[in-house]
Amino acid sequence: MNGKVEINQLTVSYYGDEVVSDVSCSFDAGNLIGIVGPNGAGKSTMMKAALGLIPKDRGHVEIGGKPIHRVRKEFAYVPQRNNIDWDFPIIVKDVVLLGTYPHLGLFKRPRKKDREWAMECLERVGMEEFCDRQIAELSGGQQQRVFLARTLAQKANYFFLDEPFVGIDVGSEEVIITILKELRDQGKTIFVVHHDLSKVENYFDDLILINKELYGAGPVNKVFQPENMEKCYKMRIGLSPSLGVEV
Amino acid sequence: MEFFQDLMAYEFLQKAFITSIMVGIICGVIGSFIILRGMALMGDAISHAVLPGVAISYMLGINFFYGAVVTGVLTSLGIGAISQNSRIKNDSSIGLVFAAMFALGIILITSAQSAIDLTQILFGNVLSVRTSDMVVTLIVGVVVLLAVYLFYKELLVSSFDETMAAAYGLKVRMIHYGIMVLLTLVTVASLQTVGVVLVIAMLITPASTAYLLTNRLSIMIFLAAFFGAASSVIGLYVSFTYNLPSGPVIVLVATAIFAFMFLFSPKQGVIVRMVQSNKRKVA
Repeated sequence: MNGKVEINQLTVSYYGDEVVSDVSCSFDAGNLIGIVGPNGAGKSTMMKAALGLIPKDRGHVEIGGKPIHRVRKEFAYVPQRNNIDWDFPIIVKDVVLLGTYPHLGLFKRPRKKDREWAMECLERVGMEEFCDRQIAELSGGQQQRVFLARTLAQKANYFFLDEPFVGIDVGSEEVIITILKELRDQGKTIFVVHHDLSKVENYFDDLILINKELYGAGPVNKVFQPENMEKCYKMRIGLSPSLGVEV
Repeated sequence: MEFFQDLMAYEFLQKAFITSIMVGIICGVIGSFIILRGMALMGDAISHAVLPGVAISYMLGINFFYGAVVTGVLTSLGIGAISQNSRIKNDSSIGLVFAAMFALGIILITSAQSAIDLTQILFGNVLSVRTSDMVVTLIVGVVVLLAVYLFYKELLVSSFDETMAAAYGLKVRMIHYGIMVLLTLVTVASLQTVGVVLVIAMLITPASTAYLLTNRLSIMIFLAAFFGAASSVIGLYVSFTYNLPSGPVIVLVATAIFAFMFLFSPKQGVIVRMVQSNKRKVA
């Protein structure tokens, strides 16, 4: 059911400045892939452009040999937290229910089985008791778990998460990474924009190292090496697996 | 109770009554989406920008709906074109385009020596509603309500999380311009009730009141429609009884309802929250 994800010569610019430059890489299905790089390196931009959410200069992305716009219902995307209006009049279970929308036809309303499925997804992230809360009444970690539940409800094969671990509590981070690893073990492919280098080896199978240009792509143990990191971050970085990372 | 006797007796008052209720309902419904999508200024822009369309329709001898929809949509396209192709920010391009359209409209109306009364379009006069106007308003109302009912799912997801909607393949641009068309229709339908200048109040005030009271979009839409219709009815009554201009009175009634809820609503009310925090201090 799953195929390779291939990114070819992806280039994006804002007002004439290239922010993502000629990035090509490919990954097999069933991997958990981190996208890391310094602030402003174009990590989120690359992800959004790859998914066709913002215009790109050139390049194309294929999933299982098909162009991305042909397989929209196969993937799920979680935006950065600050892209969401937390005061929107919507409660937790209805946020998760949005995940069933891609598979509902035009003019079709979610039915009982869709609501039950949304509750199941909410249980999986441990948030069922908050189902009637307005989303602003949750902590950052709880909000992120709700959005992960929505993603689960989409029944996707490919997941794209933009900075899911920013500003959340340790417990929520634990819940989220456990679920992502379970999904990976079920053969799903997951891309995560991430900036905390100390967790890289624990979390990911593969890594994309980017700072406008690609500085490495492949298995973590090959890419996550001091010489690559220093080139990418343009500074000295002490990598020691036991003590985490010092920048 | 004279008002109700007159309501039974006079056909012009019945037409005004029905038209203003419909306007209150559809303004509340579309207004809910306008405020949640952060498009209040856009609402104001479109309502002013229908003016040249009304004038041109009159010159061509066609129903002013056609011209108004064309200039309304052109305005939203023009605003999008400027803000996407230059460094000019969205609110500035809104101001730029709608002021120009409004100015053009005023010149067209005054120079065309038309029978259109500029004051009436700017400020509305619900008591002069003709049968044909009432029918048009009712048709617009049905179209708007049906569109929102049929596309509720798409409107909800694209208003809440446009990126997710785009990611799974919804045509979010189409939805944006669809809302612009509905907004234009609602504006034109409201011309005679509250007028171009005050339509914005009918769009954002009842919807904002509803927003203070609920955490669910569907309930917000119903409440906004209710507050819109209630403002219209009470406003019409006050305006008729005390011989005041209908549009401004309806707007002030809507504002009074908002002010009451702003102070006393159970969840968001300023006074309620003050009392609660005092209680907490005492405890």
